[in-house]
Amino acid sequence: MYKIVTKKFLNSTVVQMEIEAPLVAKKAKPGQFIILRVDERGERIPLTVAGVNEKEGLVKIIFQVVGATTEVLKHKNEGDFLQDFVGPLGVATHTEGKKKVCVIGGGVGCAIAMPVAEEFHKIGAEVTSIIGFRNKDLVILEDEFKGFSDEFIMMTDDGSYGREGNVTIPLKEMLEKGVKFDEIIAIGPLIMMKFVVLTAKPFNVPVTVSMNPIMIDGTGMCGCCRLTLNRNGERITKFACVDGPDFNGYEVDFDEAMSRGRSYIEFERHAHEEACNLFKKA
Amino acid sequence: MAIVQKKNEMPTQDAKERAHNFKEVAIGYDEKIANLEAERCLNCKNRPCVEGCPVNINIPEFIQKVKEKKYEEAYNIITESSSLPAVCGRVCPQESQCESKCTLGIKFEPVGIGRLERFVADYHNNNYKEKVKEPIKNGHKVAIVGSGPSGLTCAGDLAKKGYEVTIYEALHTAGGVLVYGIPEFRLPKKIVAKEVDTLKELGVKIETNVVIGKTLTIDELFDMGYEAIFVGSGAGLPVFMNIKGEGLKGVYSANEYLTRSNLMKAYEENPVTPIMKKGKVAVVGGGNVAMDAARTALRLGAEKVYIIYRRSMEELPARKEEVEHAIEEGIEFKVLVNPIEILGYENKENARDEKNASVIGIKCVKMELGEKDEKGRRKPIEVKNSEFVLDVDTVVMAIGTSPNPLIKDTTKGLEVNNRGGIIIDEKGLTSRENVYAGGDAVTGAATVISAMGAGKIAARAIDEKLKNK
Repeated sequence: MYKIVTKKFLNSTVVQMEIEAPLVAKKAKPGQFIILRVDERGERIPLTVAGVNEKEGLVKIIFQVVGATTEVLKHKNEGDFLQDFVGPLGVATHTEGKKKVCVIGGGVGCAIAMPVAEEFHKIGAEVTSIIGFRNKDLVILEDEFKGFSDEFIMMTDDGSYGREGNVTIPLKEMLEKGVKFDEIIAIGPLIMMKFVVLTAKPFNVPVTVSMNPIMIDGTGMCGCCRLTLNRNGERITKFACVDGPDFNGYEVDFDEAMSRGRSYIEFERHAHEEACNLFKKA
Repeated sequence: MAIVQKKNEMPTQDAKERAHNFKEVAIGYDEKIANLEAERCLNCKNRPCVEGCPVNINIPEFIQKVKEKKYEEAYNIITESSSLPAVCGRVCPQESQCESKCTLGIKFEPVGIGRLERFVADYHNNNYKEKVKEPIKNGHKVAIVGSGPSGLTCAGDLAKKGYEVTIYEALHTAGGVLVYGIPEFRLPKKIVAKEVDTLKELGVKIETNVVIGKTLTIDELFDMGYEAIFVGSGAGLPVFMNIKGEGLKGVYSANEYLTRSNLMKAYEENPVTPIMKKGKVAVVGGGNVAMDAARTALRLGAEKVYIIYRRSMEELPARKEEVEHAIEEGIEFKVLVNPIEILGYENKENARDEKNASVIGIKCVKMELGEKDEKGRRKPIEVKNSEFVLDVDTVVMAIGTSPNPLIKDTTKGLEVNNRGGIIIDEKGLTSRENVYAGGDAVTGAATVISAMGAGKIAARAIDEKLKNK
């Protein structure tokens, strides 16, 4: 059992928790993920590691309430226990050798982008951060990003905070102005990552994206998290759990990933409603 | 008394009924049938059956005890050699192992050794309530990676000799393929849990949620004081055919399909982990895993289930009993058929239609058998202009796995072969000192009992190495 040591709402649907898991805390690097089960009958869900406190053996997770499991998790409190918590899984983000990078986060994806920005900052790279949200109420981790960034740009879809529009607007402006990034790291909704790739393509800047497909075991056994890469005219199958979650954005078949991500959309909608009703009654 | 020529039949649930429930198919011998079957054993001098068993169970002796109705003694004889009797009695391919060597089998049907083993194990589990005594510790520590059949066997053998054994399991439940792969109707999970509990009573510690190669490495295990390590991490990533359409919604690997149903209990009412249940299902492949996936699909409520296999019925690698059960239950075998594309739905007017990119069919070609290949199996060759489409809603690929890369990638000096399997010598030793391996991590997908055999060999070698230290 794994103890919830701290819990904090970052906005109305995004929750941050620190979980006591010393073995994971000792090993986890930015870009890696964990899999948890809330209770004995729970499903296994992957969540990216948002930070660690190695001294106290804590692993930080940040999640948005999107389905039944995250709904149940949201109702757990400090001092409660999670049934299972395993990791760190996946390959850490490659940061070495980069001098000037652009970290782009979208929505709750910022929770994953933030430790990546932190790591780049730590190794002395020049960091430009562009983070985007639907509106002001959904903004998370602004101060953290500011602390790790040499340049910081906030975007909201409706213009209620920062600049209006999506994250590709300032990216395009910078690239057109001739700003040279060694790499762009985009983490957020698939559609955002797809458009970051399209924006960067004419300028030949490498783009790394962090994929978050449906997973079950997360250790390289079931193959549920597979995605297709287009490499040198060939279509190859890769597995996000052991080969990723980071991939070369130019190779990823985003359309297929988007469609596969919606495989159980009806089931999930129904399950989430059921979970909500459960808490209403209680 | 004249010898009864045929094996006593295994009582089973009626095919029509069982095709729609997850209860165990084979019900098991009762005491009376078990005694009758035991009487068929000739107790011959040369005991070829023992040689046919990968873990060399003292078969004639345990059968003798069944004849004498001393079932607990029979159980003790089996457990001298096997740590998982209730499992082996159910899933071992006895027809190609012990029973294939049976002297009685030269003229008649062999003794139903597997059925008797199952009877003895179930009898013990149902009637014997005392806890197993924990052996006196010898002070040596051994770590086991993976709690599947090879790891459990290795752990059990070493624990009985007094070793302090810890098993590290990546998933949340112990049992490996016995819990995520083999379905409930063939191997009830409470039987696996019972065997695992017995190991715990022997003093074996099981740490779930630890991925060796990620959470801890092999080298760190040595730093923690383990003197030897057995790697039984099992088969890894599923293989796909690399045909068009494998990324569509409704295409599964058998590992995923079975894991959803078995480990995550998607077959239960109101599951938390979803699985596609309705419509028609095509399972590609002809092994035991393909049979398990097809029969699971039927029980989940599929209206029609096909097995698609590129050779003929004779070459099916699955156990004969599994194939027979599948046919009885109504699964249709499309043999000498090979898929070339999976077809998806496309609403040209509405790109947001949720049905878009869902499986609607599988395009196949007919095959014929040509010359024998290097393994002696006739090679399937495509029949020209034989394309046809099978309307299906779900496709399950059950065509094998490739070894998991996690341990190889994080263990310096651990050599693997060109397929990624860990290389071992005849004692189970890898290229790293004090690191042993066995099971699917070495051989690629094989049987439960061969994995157990490998666990046993490694346990013996570890004991030889450590006991004189």
